Amino acid sequence: MYISVRDRPARSRGAARATSARLAPTVLLLGTVSLLTDVSSESVNAVLPIYLTSVLGLGALAYGFIDGIYQGATALVRILAGWLADRSDRPKWVAVVGYGVSALSRAALLPAHGFAAITSVITLDRLGKGVRTAPRDALIASSTPAHSLGRAFGVHRAMDTAGALIGPLLAFWILLMLPSNYHGVFIVSFAFAIVGFAVLVLFVPDLRTRAARQDDQQPAAIEPASAPSLRLLLDPRLLRLCAGATLLGLLTVGDGFLYLQLTERDSLATKYFPLLYAGSNISYLVLAVPLGRLADRIGRVPVFLGGHLALLGSYLAAGGVLPGAWATLTCLALLGSYYAATDGVLAAIAGQLVPALRASAIATAQTVVSLARFAASIGFGLAWTLLGRSDALHLFTGLLMLAIPVAVWVLPRTRRQVVPAGSAQ
Amino acid sequence: MSNRVKLISLAVVCLLAVAGSVSYLLNSRSNQQRAAQAAAPVAQIGLSTVLAEPRIIFRSTAPSDHYGSVAAVALSDPAGPRAFIDTQCDRVYAANQRLLCLSSDRGLVTTYAAKVLAVNGLGSLLNVALAGVPSRARLSRDGQLAATTSFTQGDSYAATSFSTRTVIDRVGGPSLGSLEDFKLIHQGKSIKPVDRNYWGVTFAADDNTFYATVEWANHTWLVRGDLATRTVVTLHEDAECPSLSPDGSQVVYKQRGTLPKGSWRLVSYDLATGTVTPLAETHSLDDQVEWLDNQHVIYGLPRSGNAAAISDVWSVPVDGTGAPTLLIPQAWSPAVVH
Repeated sequence: MYISVRDRPARSRGAARATSARLAPTVLLLGTVSLLTDVSSESVNAVLPIYLTSVLGLGALAYGFIDGIYQGATALVRILAGWLADRSDRPKWVAVVGYGVSALSRAALLPAHGFAAITSVITLDRLGKGVRTAPRDALIASSTPAHSLGRAFGVHRAMDTAGALIGPLLAFWILLMLPSNYHGVFIVSFAFAIVGFAVLVLFVPDLRTRAARQDDQQPAAIEPASAPSLRLLLDPRLLRLCAGATLLGLLTVGDGFLYLQLTERDSLATKYFPLLYAGSNISYLVLAVPLGRLADRIGRVPVFLGGHLALLGSYLAAGGVLPGAWATLTCLALLGSYYAATDGVLAAIAGQLVPALRASAIATAQTVVSLARFAASIGFGLAWTLLGRSDALHLFTGLLMLAIPVAVWVLPRTRRQVVPAGSAQ
Repeated sequence: MSNRVKLISLAVVCLLAVAGSVSYLLNSRSNQQRAAQAAAPVAQIGLSTVLAEPRIIFRSTAPSDHYGSVAAVALSDPAGPRAFIDTQCDRVYAANQRLLCLSSDRGLVTTYAAKVLAVNGLGSLLNVALAGVPSRARLSRDGQLAATTSFTQGDSYAATSFSTRTVIDRVGGPSLGSLEDFKLIHQGKSIKPVDRNYWGVTFAADDNTFYATVEWANHTWLVRGDLATRTVVTLHEDAECPSLSPDGSQVVYKQRGTLPKGSWRLVSYDLATGTVTPLAETHSLDDQVEWLDNQHVIYGLPRSGNAAAISDVWSVPVDGTGAPTLLIPQAWSPAVVH
């Protein structure tokens, strides 16, 4: 009670003071941008398979519309954009380019008719996503005091996921009103992307992430404002973070495989297959903020590790310790908590390790993890074929059990963020 | 820029975005309604009349209230009046007195299902839940076996490619499961490529032999399968969605050749001699053809541009001569029932 009384004068003056009781406006603004952008991209993604089948013909899908090579290109673009954001010290404008490219790709869907055209439009969107992620996370990290980073990322990811849930609903509502009018979906999607883009350009402050922040309490933060050397990325703690996250990422069975495993055991899971993605997203949405707060309180690395325990639990649930429908529900809840405990938290850890190269550090950690997960999905596919469905999952369950203690040892020991005196909590 | 200017700018952007998209939606809604009203009424005929003689069953794509419904025409008058069956399918096949209907139930969450129904669209004999967008459907000639192919969107991190899932079910019996669990024999050896995918099954008259497509390492093969031994053997490279002739002597399939991704030519393949003959259809097409008789195959082709939601069924000789002729306008997914 006392705290809220003390906090009130600051609010009434409308000051954007980032205290632990109040989120930085930048975080909410970026959350809004992500929400609108996700409504835009997920509404299109939800109808794209049906659009491709009804307009372009079915076989286009069989070939897979983006080959693995684009995955590699996105990884490269992501690191490059992170470095550019740090080098120019203008992460906002790098993010603007990323969001802008994605928004344009929506408009480009309208005249795109051929298979190649659609493929390039989707690639453009992916590249835009690759460009914007790290600078955006760097903006979140530099507008938030270190001791509440977990919560800030939690709020952002929750808003982002809310957009991902709204998008498909919106798309199917449009198709319900206007049967087969895919262009209607693309136009509405473009409108959302443009509004999100406008919020970003007009309202998100052009923060200099490299500028020293008082409350960072990191020696590196007092660096002179000249272009930082990339050598800073060799920070041993960042290397340990990447190594630990790679090890765990290599044992991360993709959601799709877990869902397929669930369909083997629970006939309802087949019928409501598309709902499984929504189920784990809801769990992610609900848990992102509480787990982010928990990370601020007990430390981010423990929560990151805890997320992988939840992942382990989801393997066990899918692997057969529970009966049908319970297995599905438990698995989805645990998968959501895994994302809530790892996605934003990883950015929070990486963003605080090398303040002079925030965007690059975040980009590096995220890229390493996504490449490791990509490798894992190929490895799991192989095991699935050689050993059969259940045994492949058992193998990964066992390996993850062994890997978690190793990760405890490898991952950096981040100091618990002591709430600075004078700040309300 | 002051905050006031920024807020006004955002309000203008929002207004333009909302006004633009809403006016587009309303405009296209009224256009669609006008088009449906302006469309020439489809000539209709009684269902029992059509079902009493040899017929072609298909998905009607005429822009009317019946869009997407299953329809039937007399084999003797394919472009003539059609009878509607009160069932909506994305893809349909028919044999004996049965329909195989692949449908998507679009709602807040889209679900997909395959159903075997009596020919009047009533009485569900078999219900298979599909994990993804339906793609191919075939019944055996007696209507006892049903093969369905659907797309499965895989893992979300590697969600850059689709895989297919092809399942064979027996009406009134246990499912024969996914073809991926069958033994695959290639050049005399049993192999298990990680990325193998099956699609486009066609049944022989014995209810045991079938032909299909298998793909791995970006190469497709025509396979002959045996349900009793759960084995498939590769026969010929670069062949997708085969369809077996009524006399069982040849298949017609889609061949990629040197065409770009997403383009195919139809060819016929003689199972005894291995001779490949390109058909006279030069449009790229993506369909599993159906045999009209032992000399002609029929298939759906979408119209170009904005009219792609309407497709027509064409016919072409299998010996490579002649030219395609329009058989049933505003139709898709044909099945011939003698």
